[in-house]
Amino acid sequence: MAEHEELTPVETPEGLKQPGRIQKAPENFLTPTEIESVTQGRRNFLRGSLFAAVAAMTGRHAFAQGSDAVNAASGDPYILQPQTWATTLGKGVATAPYGLPSKYEADVIRRQSPGLTQTTQSSVSFSPLQSMFGIITASGLHFERHHQGWYDIDPTQHRLMVNGSSPEFVKKPKVYTMDDIMRMPFVSRIHFIECGANTGMEWGNVAVPTVQYTHGMLSCSEFTGVPLRLILEDCGANMSKKFVLAEGADGSAMTRTIPMEMVLNDEVLVAYGMNGEMMRPENGYPLRLVVPGVQGVSWVKWLRRIEVGDQPYGTKDEAVHYIDLMPDGQHRQYTSVQECKSVICTPSGGQKLLEKGYYTISGLAWSGRGKVRQVDVSTDGGINWKRAKLETPVQSKALTRFSLPWNWDGKAVILQSRAVDDTGYVQPTYGQLRAVRGTRSIYHNNAIQSWGVAENGDVSNVQVL
Amino acid sequence: MFKFSKSFMPAITLALLPFATTTPSIAADKYTGVGRAATPAEIQAWDIDVRPDFKGLPKGSGSVEQGQVIWENKCASCHGTFGESNTVFTPLVGGTTKDDVKTGNVANLKRADYPGRTTMMKVASLSTLWDYIHRAMPWNAPKTLSDDEVYAVVAYLLNLSEIVPDDFTLSDSNIREVQKLMPNRNGMSLKHAMWPGKSGLVTATPPDTKNTACMSNCKPAAKVSSTLPDYAKTSHGELAPQTRPFGQTRGQGAAAGSSAKPAHNPDYALAEKSGCLACHGINQKIVGPGFNEVADKYKGQDAAAKLATKVKNGGVGVWGSIPMPAQTDLKDSDAQTLVKWILSGAPTQ
Ligand code: HEC
Ligand code: HEC
Repeated sequence: MAEHEELTPVETPEGLKQPGRIQKAPENFLTPTEIESVTQGRRNFLRGSLFAAVAAMTGRHAFAQGSDAVNAASGDPYILQPQTWATTLGKGVATAPYGLPSKYEADVIRRQSPGLTQTTQSSVSFSPLQSMFGIITASGLHFERHHQGWYDIDPTQHRLMVNGSSPEFVKKPKVYTMDDIMRMPFVSRIHFIECGANTGMEWGNVAVPTVQYTHGMLSCSEFTGVPLRLILEDCGANMSKKFVLAEGADGSAMTRTIPMEMVLNDEVLVAYGMNGEMMRPENGYPLRLVVPGVQGVSWVKWLRRIEVGDQPYGTKDEAVHYIDLMPDGQHRQYTSVQECKSVICTPSGGQKLLEKGYYTISGLAWSGRGKVRQVDVSTDGGINWKRAKLETPVQSKALTRFSLPWNWDGKAVILQSRAVDDTGYVQPTYGQLRAVRGTRSIYHNNAIQSWGVAENGDVSNVQVL
Repeated sequence: MFKFSKSFMPAITLALLPFATTTPSIAADKYTGVGRAATPAEIQAWDIDVRPDFKGLPKGSGSVEQGQVIWENKCASCHGTFGESNTVFTPLVGGTTKDDVKTGNVANLKRADYPGRTTMMKVASLSTLWDYIHRAMPWNAPKTLSDDEVYAVVAYLLNLSEIVPDDFTLSDSNIREVQKLMPNRNGMSLKHAMWPGKSGLVTATPPDTKNTACMSNCKPAAKVSSTLPDYAKTSHGELAPQTRPFGQTRGQGAAAGSSAKPAHNPDYALAEKSGCLACHGINQKIVGPGFNEVADKYKGQDAAAKLATKVKNGGVGVWGSIPMPAQTDLKDSDAQTLVKWILSGAPTQ
């Protein structure tokens, strides 16, 4: 039997599931009936049928090239035959003055959820979490949420104003240009940003097919900017006032109330840098607020004004939207913290496992209250759990990558991940979350996500209470 | 041993201090030449927020009747004549009752079976409406309404909701009285664990779920309560290209070994990049018609130019009541390329 198991098809054939891999007989070459025959002990027919099976799989490609069993036995053509890239001269430096991803990555893109919104300017696009590694979101894949479209604002025309809701709250109301802001002391910090409505389509039941749509209003970047405290102190602000209002320069003039405590902690940044370059226009170029651990709507983009105040502002996006409907008909208002949450990105909904065997389960965990302390992974729908490995450094209010080695035995399983943060809070099940919040609150769904793996390898979105 | 002189000591301490913490603590007044004083006119121009206690509300007034005219000219195209339209955004008006005006709690919010939630059902304070319309509406021409016009459209919305009579005039002097009639004025709960400050804004509670990190035999069985409905399997376009074609997994429906295939047809790639495939399947209807249906419909006709214009400008009615939004960022030449490609059968390879 050994000779058959070593056989390698010559071309990467259309039917071959993982190019570059040596396919083993009999599982991959034989029909179910033939496999049955083998398991019954009738092996003598194999030599003949194997050739037929290889022929059927490789189809026209293998034979059009005149290859035969001799070539088939010798190995992978991408190793045996010299490739263009190994035998000719490549392109020069700065061929792409601003480098772009490989053309083979063209499908790794932000996507909209059709029918979710009626326009593209008040809408969202989701990050392809299924195709990302580590914790940093490539800036071009950062999720988008705009309320009134986006502009690429000329930084020389952008201004930041600081004033008080009463004149005495800010002694010296000031205006800053980008030149001014960028002269001030800065910090760089890695934080996640998640839309409060992330996973919102799934409150009542499974609704969307992939992790891009279930969890893709989530990104994580290194942000560079000036702690807002320094700017407020520069204006002689009364720091004992309890709130600041942040306002954007776009059509929506987005406004959100931010607690002064977070400003005093030096957590809130007036940021211009993202992942080593200027903020992208879709993310607020040239200036946005960074409010770690708090839902994305508070990270006001195209930031034009900060007002120090003694009362919350009840703006549209904290009084009509971004309020959480409870079963008793009351809306929870000023719900801002993104509670501890996690999701497995590989494997995940809409994907297919090609065969049994070893995989590395990989996913993301985060908490708006601090660091992720532990992530556990279940392959039986939450009956038993295993501690996952966390990539370091684990940072406060930043995405944390977890992974777990896994051998899939080909049976139907349900994958789940469950995160615990350093306050001891454990990510809830759907059952627990719905018991208190019902199914209509839209925002802040941080329930444990389940992915069902079927025997044929198809992974799909399911819910387990 | 070297001894610090008394006068040298404090200088050293001061110099070291900024490096002791991660954020430099530089006192105010230190950023010489950075920023400048805002002028009163500048502050007036940008400080437009109106709070729930109506601080910031400018003087002015507007009647229901004036509001109706402004509404019909500047708002109805998107929100419907009665604020009921679902076409561009969720309805603004509806779902509130006279009883709600009395109680200050919208009863329909308790009903799990009540379809949708209008703005009027949710909004607790009138300042929110005034402030928002003033800063952001009309959506395509924000900040163009005068203060009096804002008073007038707000009065009209209140009238549509049967909160004020037809002959009502809303003004800065009676707005606090009208606030007492807002149907959902008592509808906000401030008891939860999700405000990040301790400022007394919310009555902070412990988090409302209490899972435990149980590791084994945590429950007798894992019951699946919900699976992806059939219609939703195709509602987000083809899944195959949404997972990288090499690596641990493939996208469902991907041709096996697809990574060895040449890259997509460039027009297909353009369609994907332009976001068309979120709404159009190559061979199936998603939100808009399948590209195969479009090709069939216009077979033998000279429709390319007309369709390219429609793709750019958006439109509705040919395939149903769901509109195609305008593709404003799409280049004219790309619109033409795409339409030509669609009419030729939208080949993917
Ligand atoms: C071109 C279409 C368009 C026009 C014209 C328009 N609106 Fe809007 N309106 C919208 C959209 C879209 C939103 C949602 C914006 C968002 O997502 O933040 C909205 C939101 C609103 C809201 C908040 C609703 C909520 O629940 O969040 C109010 C109130 C409103 N509009 C009033 C008006 C008034 C008054 C006018 C006329 C002066 C007007 N609109 C004109 C499209 C329009
Ligand atoms: C948000 C969803 C959406 C997006 C994105 C979208 N379309 Fe459409 N499209 C529709 C709908 C809905 C219709 C049907 C409109 C109608 O009934 O008149 C349509 C119709 C069409 C038609 C047929 C028009 C007719 O009058 O028969 C063409 C051609 C078309 N789309 C091409 C495109 C192209 C090219 C793109 C990408 C640049 C695109 N669409 C993006 C939703 C969309």
